[in-house]
Amino acid sequence: MAEAMGFFTDTTVCIGCKACEVACKEWNQLPAENGGVRELSGDSYDNTRKLDGIHWRHVRFIEQFKGPYDGRWLMMSDVCKHCVQAGCLEVCPTGAIVRTQFDTVVIQSDVCNGCRACIAACPFGVIDINPVSGTAQKCTLCYDRLQVGLEPACSKACPTDSIQFGAIAELRTRAEKRVAQLKSQGVAAELYGADPGGPLGGLNSFYLLVDKPEVYGLPRHPELPTTNLAKSGGLSVASAAVLGLLAIVGLRKRRMDEQSRGGGGNV
Amino acid sequence: MGSNMAECHPVAFRWPMKAKLNGAKLVHVDPRFTRTSAVADLHVPIRAGSDIAFLGGLINYVINSKRWNTDPFFKEFAVNYTNAATIISDDFKDTEELEGVFSGLVKFSEPAFWPYNGLEGRYDNATWQYKRGPRPAPARVEITRTTAAAGAITKDLIAKRAGPPFDDLVRSLKLGPAEKDPTLQNPHCVFQILKRHFARYTPEMVEQVCGSPKEKFIKVAEMLLESSGRDRSSAFAYAVAWTQHIGRPGAGVMALRGHAAIQGSTDVPTLYHSIHGYMNAPSALRPHETLRDYMAAETTPTSYYGNTPKFLVSYLKSMYGAAATTENDFGYDWHPKILGDHSHIASFAAMADGKVKGMCCVGQNPATSLNGGATRQALRQLDWLVVKDNWLTETATHWYLGPEVKKGEVKIEDIKTEIFFFPSTQIAEYDGSFTNTQRMLQWHSYAAKAPGDCRTDSWFYHNLAKRLKKAYAGSKLSRDQGWNNVSWDFDPDAGEEPLYPGEISARKVLREINGYQTADPKQHLKGFAELKDDGSTTCASWIYCGCYPAWDQNLTARREPDPPGVPGAHLKWGWAWPANRRVMYNRASADLKGNPWSERKRWIWWDPTFVNPPDPKTGKPVPKGKWVGYDVPDFGATKAPDAQPKPDGIGLDALSGTQPFIMRADGRGWLFVPAGLVDGPLPTHYEPHESPIQNPLYKQQTSPVHKVWAPGKPYNKLAVVGDPKFPYVISTYRLTEHYLAGAMSRWLPWLAELQPELFIELGKGLAQEKGIKNLDWLVVSSPRGHIRAKALVTDRIGVMQIAGKRIHHVGMPWHWGWMGLSTGDVVNDLTAWVGDPNVSIHEGKAFVCNVEKA
Repeated sequence: MAEAMGFFTDTTVCIGCKACEVACKEWNQLPAENGGVRELSGDSYDNTRKLDGIHWRHVRFIEQFKGPYDGRWLMMSDVCKHCVQAGCLEVCPTGAIVRTQFDTVVIQSDVCNGCRACIAACPFGVIDINPVSGTAQKCTLCYDRLQVGLEPACSKACPTDSIQFGAIAELRTRAEKRVAQLKSQGVAAELYGADPGGPLGGLNSFYLLVDKPEVYGLPRHPELPTTNLAKSGGLSVASAAVLGLLAIVGLRKRRMDEQSRGGGGNV
Repeated sequence: MGSNMAECHPVAFRWPMKAKLNGAKLVHVDPRFTRTSAVADLHVPIRAGSDIAFLGGLINYVINSKRWNTDPFFKEFAVNYTNAATIISDDFKDTEELEGVFSGLVKFSEPAFWPYNGLEGRYDNATWQYKRGPRPAPARVEITRTTAAAGAITKDLIAKRAGPPFDDLVRSLKLGPAEKDPTLQNPHCVFQILKRHFARYTPEMVEQVCGSPKEKFIKVAEMLLESSGRDRSSAFAYAVAWTQHIGRPGAGVMALRGHAAIQGSTDVPTLYHSIHGYMNAPSALRPHETLRDYMAAETTPTSYYGNTPKFLVSYLKSMYGAAATTENDFGYDWHPKILGDHSHIASFAAMADGKVKGMCCVGQNPATSLNGGATRQALRQLDWLVVKDNWLTETATHWYLGPEVKKGEVKIEDIKTEIFFFPSTQIAEYDGSFTNTQRMLQWHSYAAKAPGDCRTDSWFYHNLAKRLKKAYAGSKLSRDQGWNNVSWDFDPDAGEEPLYPGEISARKVLREINGYQTADPKQHLKGFAELKDDGSTTCASWIYCGCYPAWDQNLTARREPDPPGVPGAHLKWGWAWPANRRVMYNRASADLKGNPWSERKRWIWWDPTFVNPPDPKTGKPVPKGKWVGYDVPDFGATKAPDAQPKPDGIGLDALSGTQPFIMRADGRGWLFVPAGLVDGPLPTHYEPHESPIQNPLYKQQTSPVHKVWAPGKPYNKLAVVGDPKFPYVISTYRLTEHYLAGAMSRWLPWLAELQPELFIELGKGLAQEKGIKNLDWLVVSSPRGHIRAKALVTDRIGVMQIAGKRIHHVGMPWHWGWMGLSTGDVVNDLTAWVGDPNVSIHEGKAFVCNVEKA
């Protein structure tokens, strides 16, 4: 395997421009929801709201104010964490989800049967069905670009280098330096997912945060679904059966969807 | 300050963020807590329309600070590199003496032939001038040496049609030396005038006028002082020369332009009031009757602008080619002259009166522009309208989908306008150059061919010009001779394939802008120093001269960055005007002797040991010494720091080796502006036209020379001061997700979904008072109209204490209209035809409104 590659997202220089969201959609040819005709969400400047099958990047806006002009506005560009121990990969019944030579986690659309097991298994709520393809989709860390030596579209487009792409080992060093700098300025900065000894063996997309992970919608203790399975053998058998059933149902549903659309195939 | 750089210039904002990583401090002063505030070290709220009070407060604080008065650097810089020490005319009266106006205010009467200047008053700036000694003795003209007689020399030269060369004419314009007091004690010196002028701008007054808490204001002032000095610099949009921020790396005035290539559109202008390279457009209202009259009126003899005749004649040669000769004053009489204010709002005010019959609207969407109702009413008076855009914009559809038509106030059958729509190419579908905010030209090649009949804007104007030339051919009318003689040769040369049928050659246009030897257009000019005033050089825009120094050498296409670890002037990346300089006036980065003010901040410096080659023209030896460094020096390259002005010199010869501001008549940065600004020599706080309060600083409420177009007309109603019907201050602005009037973003699904609908941002306090909940539909009204928008309730905007009153501030992005995927009411239906007198920019950032639940 080549060196592990990934993202370091420094939220302190994110300006919430959403260039990452657009660059991602453009490169991966993902559609806008409802063709772009939508209603205002009312949730600060966030109108796409979440990561799913057609939003592989999402910028979160968090307004923390005590009164007029008195507070801060946090922004964070979120994405698949490309976990070292990836729940989605573990539960995928068809082997559609693979670990690449860059230590990233990719769903192969042509192998996915749309069973949704990975959706339930992801502790970050990253994955969802892309309604166009009918398969589970998420960030590929621009696997196609990486293979020809290009950096992912989002980090390439990020004007302030809030999203940094590179070798994980080097990114960790850079991130620790930045944390030290911020701490010396009195900012309570901490890294999320940078520790290889931490949850899920570390995240290949990790973050510099200035508040609790929950504030950014990140679980403090992300867990693999199999963590519980190991505790209970019986339950794990039952779970396996359910997953298998889900896989069959999913496969049937996908075929039916394709038939009702008059063919199909991946987009 | 007053800028939302992170949202409006996200790509350029890369650099403030890099600076932040290097330890820089970022302060954001704005009525809203925006995405810029989110990453700033300090956000200071300010009421829209009160920037000058805040900046005046900073000036007052800085010049009275211990730091400024004890660190010798500050005074050394101010005395030598600015006009702080210059004595102003005894007749000058400041706002301190005249209750808020300057001396020289006179009444303005609109001329009948073009009553669209929007002015009630104007300033005669005679009393704002420097106090001067007697005029220098003209060397070659024997005449009595008095001021009056010197004017007579100019008149005589004009009458005799002297020149080219025009050197004598330029020399005759020289004034006597300005009086100075380097101790800065003379009560009439600029420094003392300033000190008195800004004395009332105290932190307490800033708090009253701006609503900015005093503690926060003082913190900003202290931060500014901390990051100023020999070793430090700050980038600041105003008041720059006080803390010595001009002409030094990491410092200066960076105009944040509103559009990707808007810098280029003022350099090679689509502006009405200037011709290429910031020369004033010939005007029927100024002494511009003949070529020499224009030169006499427009040439500053003792700055680089002393070369204006060379710029002008080379420009005229580009306009009229072989038809421009010495005998016909290079075709000057064919050149159009302006009649007054033809800026955006003025033109629409005239259109509303039926004075403008037709309009080519190319890549612009005025139907959603300032005072939308009035603008659309103006559009309906046109005989014909051409809209050239990517989509059917609001301007193309106002006649059947505009709010007036939908409401039944206007009937389609009553609109006589014939409207033509031309589909347009996108930026990636043609070749050309961008000029960015750093004055840098970057060539781009097309990435894809446009579909169908989409054509470039240059295709449109190129083919229109060719047809117009044909239409005027053979006319004997003198007014048509401009068209008959204009030189128009932009078809691709044989062998060059046009991008689209009938398309222009973009390279040929840039070559024409760069300029060449008239006798051989293949011999390009290498820089504006080669320009001549006798017609032997042709150059459309002198400031761009050198970007294409040889027929096959397009420097704007270069993409070679500096390696890491060097200061990074990136001189081989694109090309920046003037002369590929990246920091203008960079002589100021060195001290009087030519040494860097600090090693950390070195940029260019004097190397006294440099061995110069002999002068290529005369073959004479050149003494040792040269300006060297990271950038192209913005100074005479071999002019020593101890060089003295030549008594008879014009242009740079009239300046010494310590006068860095070579485009100014005295080579110094102007803290006091004797000419060029029409609303006063010093910044002064006036209230916006529509304001909730009386001006706390002066009896004078608004600028006495600000513009109100179509005053008293029913379509430009204005609120009175403190109007109870419109109690809230409103600012309009942009979002990152959309672009201007929306033609490039509201039709694009990926952008439309990011900001799908119009909204109004209002504070929680106001929402509570009015029972408004997040996402409620609201009606927002001004004296011009009312619109609907959804509420976005937030603490990022809110209430302020202004002059003892509790005033709510609200804000609305203005990108929307009724076409496209993301739609909403036209926010500009609220704004007024009110503007500033210098550049006629509207007051849509600071006016008043009311907000009610729908």
